[in-house]
Amino acid sequence: MNELPGSYERRQHPFVSLIAARVREFIREPAAIFWVYVFPLIMVLALGLAFRDKPVGGFTVVVQAGAIAEHVRQVLTDDGRFRVSVCDEAESRRRMRTGRAELLIAPGADSPAGYDYYFDPTQANSVLARQLADAVLQRAADRRDAVTVRDHAATEPGGRYVDFLVPGLLGMGLLGGGLWGVGFAIVDLRLRKLLKRYLATPMKRSQFLLATMTSRLLFTIPEVLLVLLFSHWLFGVTSQGSYWAVGFLILLGTFEFCGIGLLVASRAQTIEAVSGIMNAVMLPMWIGSGIFFSPERFPESVQPLLAFLPLTPLIHALRSVMLESTSLVSLAPQLALIFAWGGISFALALRWFRWN
Amino acid sequence: MSCAVHCSALTKTYPGKPPVEAVRGIDLAIDEGECFGVLGPNGAGKTTTIEILEGLLEPSSGDVSVLGLNWRDHGARIRQQIGISLQETRFSDKLTVAETARLFRSFYPRGLRPDEVVSRVGLEEKSNAWVKHLSGGQRQRLAIAVALIGDPALLFLDEPTTGLDPHSRRQLWEIIGQFRSQGRTTLLTTHYMEEAERLCDRVAIVDHGRVIASGTPRELIAQLGGHHVVEFSLTAREGAEQPPSFWIDLPTVVSCRHEGMAIHLTVTQPHRVLPALVERLERRGWELASLVTRHASLDDVFVTLTGRALESDVDSDDEEEPHE
Ligand SMILES: Nc1ncnc2c1ncn2[C@@H]1O[C@H](COP(=O)(O)OP(=O)(O)OP(=O)(O)O)[C@@H](O)[C@H]1O
Ligand SMILES: [Mg+2]
Repeated sequence: MNELPGSYERRQHPFVSLIAARVREFIREPAAIFWVYVFPLIMVLALGLAFRDKPVGGFTVVVQAGAIAEHVRQVLTDDGRFRVSVCDEAESRRRMRTGRAELLIAPGADSPAGYDYYFDPTQANSVLARQLADAVLQRAADRRDAVTVRDHAATEPGGRYVDFLVPGLLGMGLLGGGLWGVGFAIVDLRLRKLLKRYLATPMKRSQFLLATMTSRLLFTIPEVLLVLLFSHWLFGVTSQGSYWAVGFLILLGTFEFCGIGLLVASRAQTIEAVSGIMNAVMLPMWIGSGIFFSPERFPESVQPLLAFLPLTPLIHALRSVMLESTSLVSLAPQLALIFAWGGISFALALRWFRWN
Repeated sequence: MSCAVHCSALTKTYPGKPPVEAVRGIDLAIDEGECFGVLGPNGAGKTTTIEILEGLLEPSSGDVSVLGLNWRDHGARIRQQIGISLQETRFSDKLTVAETARLFRSFYPRGLRPDEVVSRVGLEEKSNAWVKHLSGGQRQRLAIAVALIGDPALLFLDEPTTGLDPHSRRQLWEIIGQFRSQGRTTLLTTHYMEEAERLCDRVAIVDHGRVIASGTPRELIAQLGGHHVVEFSLTAREGAEQPPSFWIDLPTVVSCRHEGMAIHLTVTQPHRVLPALVERLERRGWELASLVTRHASLDDVFVTLTGRALESDVDSDDEEEPHE
């Protein structure tokens, strides 16, 4: 059974086999698949729905039972913007008092053909309901408009919360990918003594690092595509700027956070240490870099600090391209900052990196 | 015969408070084609020494040459010709045995076929099982397979059989024996003296970071003076409490020591000691609780040299053969 000298098999390139191994490990880890691919979609769905901009309407109106009640109910129901119910006097008033109705319509005390409106002048919806219902009822009673008007809906695509959210989620994915996929993964290898074991083979260290980064990029591509396609399919989110520019920013962001991940992993010797560092690095960015809301909501004094966080310029650039179709050239300061974060992190990580 | 591994005046001090002097001046010269064992108790400095030789640790001082090359200038060339297994490596849980072997095979420009190596260590049935689902002994064998994959001229094994069952241990001895029969060199560490006697052409016994004895197992045992050990215990307390000098004048006894309730005599000629011993016991009216005679082992060497027992957990599978 001994192998004869000379009967050597051709081998795969180490770079390729390292990537293949990383991909296998990744797709065999259901938790990783969930957090990387499913979780961002859940965020798009949940936040997109929760903060959906609904057209104004659906006013709740009670009509006090009586001679006019059936006519009013008919007219308002036909209009479509009202939810109408007919109740006796006591019940109608209770509903108004408890806020379950925005407008109460009762027969006019002065003229039997008129109406009495009860509404809350401190509530915008209540005031609106009164104005709209009045216009509808007056027109039904044959009032003529003095001038002709036409309405145009002016909801711009790109102005909704979900449009704002998608670039933020893309940035958050890159942040998590770099820190978990590179930082945590490398510390895990170190703890398993596998890094040391690799070091004892002729495989070059640069090949290992490059393969780790490349596999990270491979996992990022479907992640980004899924978020873009899903949000487009569900909410019609599109990029105003070119998708090439978006792709370029994703690439740059991957580079940046791989560098930071590597730096985080360069010395950490325990899971506790690396988890602590990762949380300390990620938390400020989750809050302050504008994933879910604009960093401009923070006090003026901390703005320069937030602008300097590694994720802030990336999300800013993604948002500018996707929402305002800004050119990459005018984003040069942001791009330079991203590049600097990545480059400096890499340089420090390679200098400090501990293989064993 | 040329040297496969050579080191001189090797020291390693781990920084810290206080600093740990793990290795305090070790010289080794391992010939090509031999199986060399580094023996010693926990914390003796075995792993530190072998990792320095493997190029994984920087020594604090001293010279190392491996296959005639030094690590500083020829690291890449040395790595292509050595195979190692660390004391503890946890391979990726979610890769299979075959995938792990193929991954490591890809690191070597020349080497063996992954499936061939996997079956050589007896893991062909587990070839498609995830590493996660292997038993401790199977993982150990995978580590050996990975050590062999680059078809090395020199094999470093750090405690390759610790935690293995007797059967797996023998299987591993066979693999190493086969490797040696191809004229290749093995350096292994162990704290099983018996394993070293079985497997190694030469051994170095290390304690507190120094080599306290080295040579062939036979030579080391010969240094004891006697080649046999008579081990007995008595029912009578009075007898058991006699000082060593009480027994040393029996014929051909070289040394005597107590180990718990048992008395160990190192002797050159058991057939002359035994009648004299029995006669003395009869005269005193003491009864034997147990009596065993056996060949002296490296364990005895270690105890003689350090005054300490090496490892109480020598759960060796091979019964020490009583003879006579
Ligand atoms: N990284 C380290 N930092 C500090 N001290 C260390 C380190 N590694 C080992 N030591 C110390 O060096 C000494 C020798 O350790 P080493 O691991 O070489 O022993 P060993 O002979 O392999 O023991 P074992 O049989 O338990 O594997 C021990 O006292 C140990 O505590
Ligand atoms: Mg050790």
